[in-house]
Amino acid sequence: MEAGSLTSRATVRGGRSIHERSPRSRAIDPLLKWFLSGLAALILVLIAFFFIRLFIEAKPAFDKFGYIGFVFHNSWVPSQQLYGALPLVVGTLITSAIALIIGVPVAIATALYITELAPTRVKAPLTVTVELLAAVPSVVYGLWGIAVLAPKLQPAEQWFSDTFGFLPLVGGQVSIPNYFIAGLILAIMIIPIVSAISREVMATVPGDHKEAALALGATRWEMIKIAVLPYSRAGISGAAMLGLGRAIGETIAVTIVIGNAADIGSTIFSQGYTLAAVIANEFGEAASDPTHRAALIAAGLVLFVLTLLVNALARYYVNRASRPATVPKGMAG
Amino acid sequence: MSAVAQRSLRPVSPRRRRSDAIARGVVLAFTIVAIVPLVAILYWLVKEGLGAWSKTFFTTDPTGRFLGDPGGIRSAILGTIEMVALASIIAVPIGVGVALYLVEYGKVGRFANVVRYFVDVMTGVPSVVFGLFVYIVLVVTKVAGTFAAWKGSVALALLMLPVVIRSAEVVLNLVPNSLREAALALGAPRWKVIFRIVLPTALPGIVTGSLLAVARAAGETAPLLFTAAFVLGSSADLSQRMNSLPLQIFNDVGQAQDRLVQRAWGAALTLVVMVLLLTLIARLIQRRSKLSP
Repeated sequence: MEAGSLTSRATVRGGRSIHERSPRSRAIDPLLKWFLSGLAALILVLIAFFFIRLFIEAKPAFDKFGYIGFVFHNSWVPSQQLYGALPLVVGTLITSAIALIIGVPVAIATALYITELAPTRVKAPLTVTVELLAAVPSVVYGLWGIAVLAPKLQPAEQWFSDTFGFLPLVGGQVSIPNYFIAGLILAIMIIPIVSAISREVMATVPGDHKEAALALGATRWEMIKIAVLPYSRAGISGAAMLGLGRAIGETIAVTIVIGNAADIGSTIFSQGYTLAAVIANEFGEAASDPTHRAALIAAGLVLFVLTLLVNALARYYVNRASRPATVPKGMAG
Repeated sequence: MSAVAQRSLRPVSPRRRRSDAIARGVVLAFTIVAIVPLVAILYWLVKEGLGAWSKTFFTTDPTGRFLGDPGGIRSAILGTIEMVALASIIAVPIGVGVALYLVEYGKVGRFANVVRYFVDVMTGVPSVVFGLFVYIVLVVTKVAGTFAAWKGSVALALLMLPVVIRSAEVVLNLVPNSLREAALALGAPRWKVIFRIVLPTALPGIVTGSLLAVARAAGETAPLLFTAAFVLGSSADLSQRMNSLPLQIFNDVGQAQDRLVQRAWGAALTLVVMVLLLTLIARLIQRRSKLSP
């Protein structure tokens, strides 16, 4: 007998203490940990795999037209095997810009109203109402846009185009599907996310700052200007960029209301195309043509990289803003 | 003396008062502007959509005939339910697993932060790109045929995954540490703490997040376009092409025929009612749960 047993520990078969767990029970813990870590690693592997496969499939198009040539060449004519994505890139940028110009101020105002001005009674219902905008499916926005909004707005757009024809990018005949309608629909679609994130960021503004401003005699609006907006500026920029990411990637609603013409329109009331719309629209015909397919996948890759950059930047801003502990107190104003 | 007191208690000047009123008015006006589209869309959906609803609308498949009776949307409703159900079966367990890792094991590690960051990034990937990806990996390579409903489900699952992970992570973080510590102190192993204490406590929140992800997936068109493709008839065979509500609407809008656009409105109303019901149920569960974020 060895020394161990002399301390008279109660043992069961196998020589372990009755207070210890069975080996089976103990084995489950590390197994579960490794299994869950594996799942988490799967996400990273998936994104890497994602990127690589898209790149491999898009390679033929890049080989033929060059990376710069594909993105910046202004001719998208599938019937002549010409794939320069500039009209699509420009369309994506124009519609997203319109969406941001219209959507972001409205979203920020909504967030300000809910967090700072609204009576307590209407706060919750208002929040839910704005969030419901995000629940409406993209294809329903498209249907409403082309069947109701575009025809109803056309006279107003024509009037605007005639009256302000001297402005750049305005003037001429207004077509029913156009960049502006697409941008407007996108603006409506990004309001919920921009507003939600802005609201989150505004909620982190310390009450001390706001009360200090009010105590010094500031009106409500001055308090917002002095205390709320400067503190949440980074977060609001991040929210706007998340909205931009949404606008760039939105597909079906835009495909329905933009007219799908692969030229760079001369005004914001011309028909156009976007990167996402071209993929949704031309996929059927591209299935049998390898170059066309590669070009569409390349368009998808450009879209992917664009949204990845925008989102990475947006997350950086939002994360910085929503962790108030890392903001030095004196720097906050 | 009185002059000094008066000056220090001077009321807000009319100019500042006016700018305050104007700014508040503008903020309120913009808030109303944000709500107008929702009201307008719901109004048109009910006005145009209810007219299309009838018993046969829900019980017949689209006929695809150029003239005459266009048929109903049965196959679209069934297809959406089947594909979204399969997508949830794929996405929810994986998503909750990743969230468990992030909360229970990787609270501060660098690896966990990288995963968290990429999950956020994944939220921003356009749905059409997920569709393309599944098309390249599963359709072009002809894994078990070309277009199939289960491939559509995979695309939808990819889309749901980041939403499920993020919402589950938030709720799991709300489970009080004292509960975990109490269980550990009583001698429960880690896995038992997770399955018997943490998950049941967080369950309502996880269900809420998952239902919101389901609602999002049900309305997606782009990922199904090149994966499940379009077909007229109903089927329960997930290895075949399958119709879905968003695709049915998208196709009907493109046809520019009044009776098809009419059907699109009816289908759109159906889809929105389904999505809103899911959202409502999710919110009700959230309200009844003790851990609400």
